[in-house]
Amino acid sequence: MKEKVLSEHFSIDNFFKLDVYLKHNGYQAVTKALTELNPEKILKEAKAANLRGRGGAGFPAGVKWGFVPQNGDKPKYLCVNADEGEPGTIKDRYIMTHNPHLLLEGIIISAYCVGINTAYIYIRGEYENIALRLETAIDEAFQKGFLGKDILGSGFDLDITVHRGAGAYICGEETALLESLEGKRGNPRLKPPFPASIGLFQCPTVINNVETLSNIPAIILKGAEWFCALGLPNDGGTRIFGVSGMVKNPGIYELPVGTSLKDLIFKYAGGMKEGKKLKAVIPGGMSAPILKADEIDIAMDCDTLMKADSMLGSGAVIVLDEDTSILDVLKIITKFYAHESCGQCTPCRIGNSWIKKIVTRISQGGGKEGDIDNIARLASNMLGKTLCPLGDAAAMPILSIVKKFRDEIETSIK
Amino acid sequence: MSLEFSDKTKKTIYKIIARYPQKEAALLPVLHVIQKEFGQISAEEEILAASLLGISQVKVREVVSFYTMFNRKAVGKYHIQVCSNLTCTLMGADNVLNFIEEKLGIKPGETTPDKKFTLSTVECLGACEKAPSMMINFDYYGYLDKEKINKILDNLE
Ligand SMILES: Cc1cc2nc3c(=O)[nH]c(=O)nc-3n(C[C@H](O)[C@H](O)[C@H](O)COP(=O)(O)O)c2cc1C
Ligand code: SF4
Ligand code: FES
Repeated sequence: MKEKVLSEHFSIDNFFKLDVYLKHNGYQAVTKALTELNPEKILKEAKAANLRGRGGAGFPAGVKWGFVPQNGDKPKYLCVNADEGEPGTIKDRYIMTHNPHLLLEGIIISAYCVGINTAYIYIRGEYENIALRLETAIDEAFQKGFLGKDILGSGFDLDITVHRGAGAYICGEETALLESLEGKRGNPRLKPPFPASIGLFQCPTVINNVETLSNIPAIILKGAEWFCALGLPNDGGTRIFGVSGMVKNPGIYELPVGTSLKDLIFKYAGGMKEGKKLKAVIPGGMSAPILKADEIDIAMDCDTLMKADSMLGSGAVIVLDEDTSILDVLKIITKFYAHESCGQCTPCRIGNSWIKKIVTRISQGGGKEGDIDNIARLASNMLGKTLCPLGDAAAMPILSIVKKFRDEIETSIK
Repeated sequence: MSLEFSDKTKKTIYKIIARYPQKEAALLPVLHVIQKEFGQISAEEEILAASLLGISQVKVREVVSFYTMFNRKAVGKYHIQVCSNLTCTLMGADNVLNFIEEKLGIKPGETTPDKKFTLSTVECLGACEKAPSMMINFDYYGYLDKEKINKILDNLE
């Protein structure tokens, strides 16, 4: 049995309730952090743990917290990214449904470390039932004195508000999330300034993913060294991989960072459905460049996948079998990004809608010579040239598909 | 004609507004409450939200038109949203959609004449492991096939 940090208790009945959570050492991490440790010690531990962001970009959480200026007189904010919009991604739903108090502990400790008294959980609008569960958990924690004023006599105050989005993938991008939280359209902001200095309501702001923060309690209780040993020195801990598509057992698998993708699919998720052959894998949510069947002997960690020109992203693994038409995959991907582009900058707005038109035309039998090159050209013109990373998130998977599956797409054109 | 809230809803809204240092930030949650109460966000509801938060109606319109979950026209009693993203499509979302279309006699974007069902397609719902998936109002349903869909829809009052 592999050690689990986040999902160990998922199967315990009513674990989402505070009294059950407390019976399993609940709120020990908060107690330790607030009564035995000071913010500097916690920051040092978080940095040493090499906890890489689980939301997509893989940025080390401790380093991010360290960017927040500590000498200003403005309030500081923590925004928890629970937007979970990256296609394929299911993990935050599991954490919030089965272990909401673990997330709350992570929020409390992080906020204490950075000197934050107000946190917002920005949760995708569709997760209404989960939002209600979180609100109940917050009420319970408040009543037991884990939230509110002078928590556990430490002098530290914290308030948490659950804020529901309303159906826009782009609001998962951190600066769009801030705009949305301020009651506006989710149009991403130009960076710099970075949210750490000018974020929510123009104040210093930390934005972290649900899974990222949920790792903090274990790091506090067991230490950074343990956390790194569990995963990799540069990328500590476990990941909740979400496996979906043409495997026997789709679902979540919490495994050490660095687990082989091949094992994830064939050992843990039961292998291919109906004995079909594997065709390709999207290893980190839809924005991650595709891997062909012969490229899956690879460790699932941020740096290794980046070196392979792909991305660990949100750890969402989508498995395609031999019967999957790559043109259908391309069609869905391009439709998605054309729909979700906020329209603020030209390469993304025009590029995505043109790519979608070309791909749709090809799939209707009207493909022309030069189409594939045009798709690649339009996608390349988005790379690195847009206001927010959605441009790249669209361009990268599209480019990888036309590069790796050019022959197959060409058969639909001729 | 102007819209009136129940006292209970009014209280909820004032509580929400108090959670934010700037009133305008409460717009999304307030719109969710309004949609729940009145079933839609049309011009009248926009005016109501604007007056509650001290902003202009056009600001509310800008926001309402950006987010897919705000219904500018009323939907049926049950809003069926079928995922059409990648994993669900791999696992047969097209069949799910066709079957519901046939069963209810409506296409995506339409409502049955008795106003019971509205059908839509949506992007990934975050329930890919149970693909093909759909949402009816705020309840999730997965591993869909004809038999299961029949059971779910026939059981809705
Ligand atoms: C288009 C787009 C969508 C994103 N969606 C999400 C999301 O749904 N959830 C999330 O946690 N991060 C998402 N991100 C990443 C965030 O911008 C940000 O990097 C992350 O929330 C930081 O938290 P972390 O460092 O803990 O991962 C998205 C990024 C982009 C560009
Ligand atoms: S890259 Fe796309 S989503 Fe991002 S700001 Fe530009 S148009 Fe909007
Ligand atoms: S692709 Fe349908 S729920 Fe994710």
